[in-house]
Amino acid sequence: MSTAPVLDIQGLTIPLPRVGDRAHAVEALSLRVAPGEILCVVGESGSGKSVTAHAVMGLLPPILRASGGRILLQGEDVLAAGRARLRALRGSRMAMVFQEPMTALNPVLKVGAQIDEVLEAHADRLNARERRARVLALMRDVHLPDPERMAGAYPHQLSGGQRQRVMIAMALANDPALIIADEPTTALDVTTQAQILKLMRELQARRDAGILFITHDFGVVAEIADRVAVMRYGRLVEEGSAAAVLRNPQDPYTRMLIAAVPDAVPPPPRPRPAPVAPVLATKALEKTYGGGLLGRAGRTVRALDGVTVALQPGETLGIVGESGSGKSTLARCIARFVDPTGGEIRLDGEDIAGLSVRALHPHRRRVQVIFQDPYRSLNPRRRVGPSIVEGPLNYGTPRETAWARARDLMDLVGLDAGALDRFPHEFSGGQRQRIAIARALAMEPDLLIADEAVSALDVSVQAQVLDLLEGVRARLNLAILFITHDLRVAARLCDRIVVMLNGQVVEEGETAAVFANPRHAYTRALFAAAPGAHRAAPAASGAAPALDDVP
Amino acid sequence: MTALDQAGAPPRPAPARRDWALPPALRHPGVLFGLAVLALVLVAALAAPWLGTVDPVQLRPRLRLRPPSGAAWFGTDAFGRDVYSRVVYGARVSLMIGFSVAAVAVAVGLAIGLVAGYVRFLDAVVMRVMDGVMAIPSILLAIALVTLSGANLLTVIVAITIPEIPRVARLVRGVVLTVREEPYVEAAIGAGTRLPLLLWRHILPNTIAPLIVQGTYVCASAILTEAILSFLGAGIPTEVPSWGNIMAEGRQAFQLAPWVILFPGLCVAATVLAVNILGDGLRDSLDPRLARRVGSLR
Repeated sequence: MSTAPVLDIQGLTIPLPRVGDRAHAVEALSLRVAPGEILCVVGESGSGKSVTAHAVMGLLPPILRASGGRILLQGEDVLAAGRARLRALRGSRMAMVFQEPMTALNPVLKVGAQIDEVLEAHADRLNARERRARVLALMRDVHLPDPERMAGAYPHQLSGGQRQRVMIAMALANDPALIIADEPTTALDVTTQAQILKLMRELQARRDAGILFITHDFGVVAEIADRVAVMRYGRLVEEGSAAAVLRNPQDPYTRMLIAAVPDAVPPPPRPRPAPVAPVLATKALEKTYGGGLLGRAGRTVRALDGVTVALQPGETLGIVGESGSGKSTLARCIARFVDPTGGEIRLDGEDIAGLSVRALHPHRRRVQVIFQDPYRSLNPRRRVGPSIVEGPLNYGTPRETAWARARDLMDLVGLDAGALDRFPHEFSGGQRQRIAIARALAMEPDLLIADEAVSALDVSVQAQVLDLLEGVRARLNLAILFITHDLRVAARLCDRIVVMLNGQVVEEGETAAVFANPRHAYTRALFAAAPGAHRAAPAASGAAPALDDVP
Repeated sequence: MTALDQAGAPPRPAPARRDWALPPALRHPGVLFGLAVLALVLVAALAAPWLGTVDPVQLRPRLRLRPPSGAAWFGTDAFGRDVYSRVVYGARVSLMIGFSVAAVAVAVGLAIGLVAGYVRFLDAVVMRVMDGVMAIPSILLAIALVTLSGANLLTVIVAITIPEIPRVARLVRGVVLTVREEPYVEAAIGAGTRLPLLLWRHILPNTIAPLIVQGTYVCASAILTEAILSFLGAGIPTEVPSWGNIMAEGRQAFQLAPWVILFPGLCVAATVLAVNILGDGLRDSLDPRLARRVGSLR
C-alpha cells in the first residue's frame, strides 16, 4: 500500500526499570500500520507486545518510559504529546479494545451510556439526540441484537461476546484511524472468538482503519492478519505478509512458534490394551446449584445433567466444551471438591459420590488434579519440596521415602532436585506446571485430572507440558481426564473425546473418529470456529451457528 | 494481562517469602519512626524508677498545683503529686492496655474469623453474633462492666477488647473467604490434608500481614479508649496512674494548672500517632499491591 501509514513506530526503545533478565521491555522496534490493514503482533508472554500497544496509547505505567524512538500516529509523535493532547487523541484517532471485556467495561453503567461517553468526550458538535442515534447505529454495526433494549443493559447482563462487541463499538465510536486490539478474543470461547474475528475483518474492510492486533495465537493470525510481526524479548524477530510468514517463516523462532501450535489433526490412534475394568466410571452424574432450603426450584442451574463417562487405565479422555458447559464442574465433582447432587462416581467400582469427608479420605489420593493457573496452584509461602511431600506424609509415608520420591519426581518432570528447596515464584509458568504434575504424581494416583492444565501457558511451553503428560501416562499407566476448551490440544493428547454442552454429553468417541466425522451440530460448530481451522482443518460443513447471543 | 506482566522480568511480582516480615518492612520510614517512639515510651515505662521520678502517689498538700520547674519537671497536680512521675508510671498502664487489648483481640478475632470463614454452616450465625457485639458502644459496655465488677485493670482490658474482636474477626473471615478458593488450597484438600492443618499451614499465613496492621490500630484505639474511660470516671482507679486518669483529675483545675493535662495529653497523642504511623508503614510494606496503588495515585 502506498498511502501514508496510520501508525509508524520508529526505533522505539523502552527500558525496564530494574535489572531483570533483560534491560529493555522493547528495543529498537520499528513497525508500520497502513490504513485498512491488520497488522498482527505475535509473541509469547514477556515479548513486549502489550508494552508496545500501551506505549502507542500513552497508557504506560509511570515506571516505564520510552528512552528513544518515535511513535507517529498519522505523522504526529505520540511520545511527544502532552496529557491533554493524548486525551484528545485517545478515543478519537486511536482506540483500544482490551482482552477482558468484563473488566474493561464499567459494571455500574449501562453499556449505551458507556458508548455515549466516548462520543460525548470527543464529538462535542453532537447533541444528546444525535449521540443516541449514533450509539444505536454503532451497536447495529457490531451486530448487537435489539440495540434499543441492549443499550439499557448493564455489562453483566450480556454474554462475553456481546460485551466484546460493545467494546468494539466504543472503539469505533469516533471513527479512529487506528484501533489497537490487545488479545481481544483470548478470554472468549472459540465459537465467540470466530464471530468477533469475523466482525473485526468486516468492520476493517468497511472503515479503512488500521488495526494493530496483538495475539499469541498463530491460529488467530491465520484468520485475520494482513501482515505479521513476530516479537521476542522486546525485539522484532520477523515481519512480512501473513501468507509469507505463515507458509515460509524465516526465523527459527517463528518456525518454532508455528510448529508448536497444535494442528487440529489427531495422530493415528495408538494401540491400546484390551479393555479392562474402568478406573473411573460416572453414571448419570448430576450437580444442581441453587434451590437450597427454601426450594426455589425456578432458580436452579443444572451444571451437570446426567453425565456418564468411563475411563480405562492408561487412557486419556478429553472433555471438551466452552465456558458454562459443565466440564470443570465434572472435574471438581470427580475430585470431590464439590458434592454431586445425584448419580454415581465409581473409582475401581466403588461409589464415592456420597461418601462423607471422613470416609472419602482414603480415596482422595487416588484422584489428583492439575489446575489451570500454575501461579495460584502452589502455596507461594511454601518451598516446593514441602508442597510435594505434603500429600504422601498425610497418608503415612515415612519422611525419608517421601523426600526420596520427591527427588525422583523432579527428575521425571525434567527439573533439578535443587528445585525442592526453592519457592514457587522462582519458577516460570511451565516449570510450575511441572511442579504441580510432580505433586500430583507423588500421591501415586490412579487418575489424573488435568483441568485446563496447559491453557495458561505459552504455546511453546504448552507443547512441552503435553509431552510430559503423555510420557507419564505411558510410564505409569495412568488414566488422564483432560479438560480443555481447545480442540487442537485435545486432538494432540486424547485417545477419546467427550464434547459437553450445557451440562450434558453431546458427543463421545475415539478422537480420530470424532474429528473425521463429527455427528453433533455443536461439535461441528466447534471445529468450524477453531482458529486456523481454515488452514488445515477437516471438512467442516456450514457456518458456525450463532451461539453467542445467549446471555 | 497487563503491560507490567508482559514487561517485568518475573512474570508476576514475587510473592512474599516465608521470611517476609522484617528486612523490607524495617526500611520503611513510618515503621522506623513508629518503632522508635514506641521503644522510647516502653523504655521509659520499664525504667520509670530510675528516671528521676518520685513516688507517683505520694500526696504533698503544700506543693499543690506548682507549675513545671527544676524540681517538678511537669509541675504538680491538685494533691501535690509529681506529674512527671505520674506520666512516666502511667505509660506502664497505657502500654499494657494497648498491647494486651491488641494481643487478645487479634487472637480471639483470628480464631473466630478462621472458623466463620471456613466452616460454612457456622458462618452466618457467628457473623450475626459479631454484628450484635459491634452494635454495642464500647464506652457504654465498659461503663457497665466496670459498674458490675469494679474498676480495675483487668475489667478495663476486657471492656475495651470485646468491641474490637468483631473487627478483627471480619478482617480474618474476609481473607479466609478469598484464600479458601485458591487452587493451592484445593490442591492441599486433594492431597488429603485435614482441616486443622489446612487452616494452619495454607490459610493462616495469609492473614498475618493484615492482622499485624489491624493489631496496631487496635492498640492505638485501646490507648485512646482507656484515656476516655478514665476521663469519664469509669477507668482505672487513681491509685494507679494512667494517662487517662491523670487528665481526668487535672480537668477541674485545668484553667489554673494546664500542665496537669497537657503532658499526659501529649503522651497519648504522640503514642497513638506513632502506633498509627507504624501501622500504615507496615501496611504499605507488607502489602506491596496496596503500596503500589497508593503510590500510583500520588
